[in-house]
Amino acid sequence: MDDKVLLLTVRDLRTQFHTPEGTIYAVNGISYDLHEGETLAVVGESGCGKSVSMMSILGLIPIPPGEIAGGSALYRGQDLLKLSESELEHVRGKEIAMIFQDPMTSLNPVLTIGKQITEMVHKHMAMDQATATKRAVELLDWVGISDASRRLGNYPHQFSGGMRQRVMIAMQLACTPTILIADEPTTALDVTIQAQIVELVVRLRVETGMAMIWITHDLGVVAGLADRVIVMYAGLIVESASVDDLYENPRHPYTIALLGALPRADRRRDHRLKSIPGAPPNLLVKPHCCPFVPRCEYAIERCRIEIPPLDSVAPRHKIACWVDVDTGGPR
Amino acid sequence: MSQAMRQQAADTLVKVENLTKHFPITRGILIQRQVGAVQAVDDLSFQIARGETLGLVGESGCGKTTAGRTLLGLYPATGGKVTIDGRDVQSARGHELMAIRRRAQMIFQDPFASLNPRWTVNAIVSEPLRVHKLCQSSQERLQRVEELIELVGLNRRLINRFPHEFSGGQRQRIGIARALASDPLFIVCDEPISALDVSIQAQVVNLLEDLQDKFGLTYLFIAHDLSMVRHICTRVAVMYLGVMVELANRDDLYENAQHPYTRSLLSAVPVPDPKTARKRERIVLEGDVPSPINPPEGCRFHTRCPIAVDICSVEKPEWRNLGGEHWVACHLA
Repeated sequence: MDDKVLLLTVRDLRTQFHTPEGTIYAVNGISYDLHEGETLAVVGESGCGKSVSMMSILGLIPIPPGEIAGGSALYRGQDLLKLSESELEHVRGKEIAMIFQDPMTSLNPVLTIGKQITEMVHKHMAMDQATATKRAVELLDWVGISDASRRLGNYPHQFSGGMRQRVMIAMQLACTPTILIADEPTTALDVTIQAQIVELVVRLRVETGMAMIWITHDLGVVAGLADRVIVMYAGLIVESASVDDLYENPRHPYTIALLGALPRADRRRDHRLKSIPGAPPNLLVKPHCCPFVPRCEYAIERCRIEIPPLDSVAPRHKIACWVDVDTGGPR
Repeated sequence: MSQAMRQQAADTLVKVENLTKHFPITRGILIQRQVGAVQAVDDLSFQIARGETLGLVGESGCGKTTAGRTLLGLYPATGGKVTIDGRDVQSARGHELMAIRRRAQMIFQDPFASLNPRWTVNAIVSEPLRVHKLCQSSQERLQRVEELIELVGLNRRLINRFPHEFSGGQRQRIGIARALASDPLFIVCDEPISALDVSIQAQVVNLLEDLQDKFGLTYLFIAHDLSMVRHICTRVAVMYLGVMVELANRDDLYENAQHPYTRSLLSAVPVPDPKTARKRERIVLEGDVPSPINPPEGCRFHTRCPIAVDICSVEKPEWRNLGGEHWVACHLA
């Protein structure tokens, strides 16, 4: 990946929400790179900050109560966090597009999908109405919606969940973005429909050469899809590795525990599931040590005192942990 | 009755014969007339043995939840017969119905909606004890609630708190404690873990397994997560659009599926292993599930089936035994 052009560089991103109950520390300083044509998966459980970190760089966090407390997100040399709303509008949709978990709430229920797609093309690409409509038909056709020209006049409720997600994808690809961020796009869908959408996205990525960030809680979906995986916990990156390394040789206790907690459909049952004791972290407390400590079976004294930095343990394999899981001692 | 048959009858806890549930669609305000029916569950027949976990899988809208609820008598059945521990669920009234309800419980999918937000944990878990008059005194009842709460891995000091003070996984534990309160034989678990995070799912599944070992419970485990079903179930039944298409022992189903729908479903399950995931061949089904209001004639799957032949669109496939515990409804299997 090193020879590929660097598209996005996020450094020390911090996002907080000020609520009546106190400050929620959602993202606590994360850094990563995204290269051209790469598929990066961001994996974590609910509340780990995976969605918030992506919405932060696109300026989709409501401020207040949200606050981008620090960091930078360089996209082709410009810091997205410093752009004005109108400048951001040129980036969003055109350069960096995003699809969400629930396509019903991200589509406007009272506009036909033709209207919604042409609006997108119209806004960013200055096409006239006839060309825009033609483009919309092409796009729907491309994402596998049959009889596209007739379906332009349909409303979102006339599509099934899987079809709606296809419409969303068509809309977001209208301006051939360089980065597509997919936030749990298949979580609300059944497995057979999920397989259809994954297949579609993989095909589109190959055809367009765009880079992709796929946010999910499902380590299964990611395995066949990503080049590189980032695992997040309590607003921090705990492990970052190539997809093969991560599954074959996980080095962070949380990643190891997550993989151990997953049953396999392709193997006979050979053991009881390893559960991770305890509960998800309380985000109302600013982390002052490794946030996984209360649930970690490898924890040593240092883990309770200092936040471990994200360090390399092998080429392109980083973890944020004080412990060497092989020896059980400090690294 | 032969010795063997008697033995089998004693080992069967739940017996379902031709269970059918249609929801009528009506038109008109004053004079309502039925204009159609949602054929949610059609002609299900299966048995659940004492102490086993039967998995019921299928995609959303395939009728698995309706099947679970009709089985417990929460919906009146349109046709067919269900017996639980020798008692007929559909015809039961009064004491007989109370006896069934006590012995057959349910755990729900949504740990937020299934607990009354205005009741304390104590009130929620003790309700079955009060309804079925299982404790002599309030002192005894409190003691039993504390016991149940500890049994599901929560602290007994928490019983005076309200549901909103707990996380999703903890709430699911409270729901399990409530289901256990009346000393059940049979529990329908309706997607009990699908609303939970991965790390918490394993906790709840292990708890369900421990409770099964401890009390000899029988589960109907309704789920769409086929990986978890393979882990937890003894046998697995697959539903498609209201009908059962295949039923087999766990490993037999996953390694030797006979129905084309089961095969495509299994091929779509993500596997957390990049090397396997890249090699796998997916059988991607075209299109969406048809409406259960006008399900396709013949085999309900024929509109999406990759291997369908002429007979499939005409004749309904028979539910037949392929030997052993393997059942399938397909002309070509």
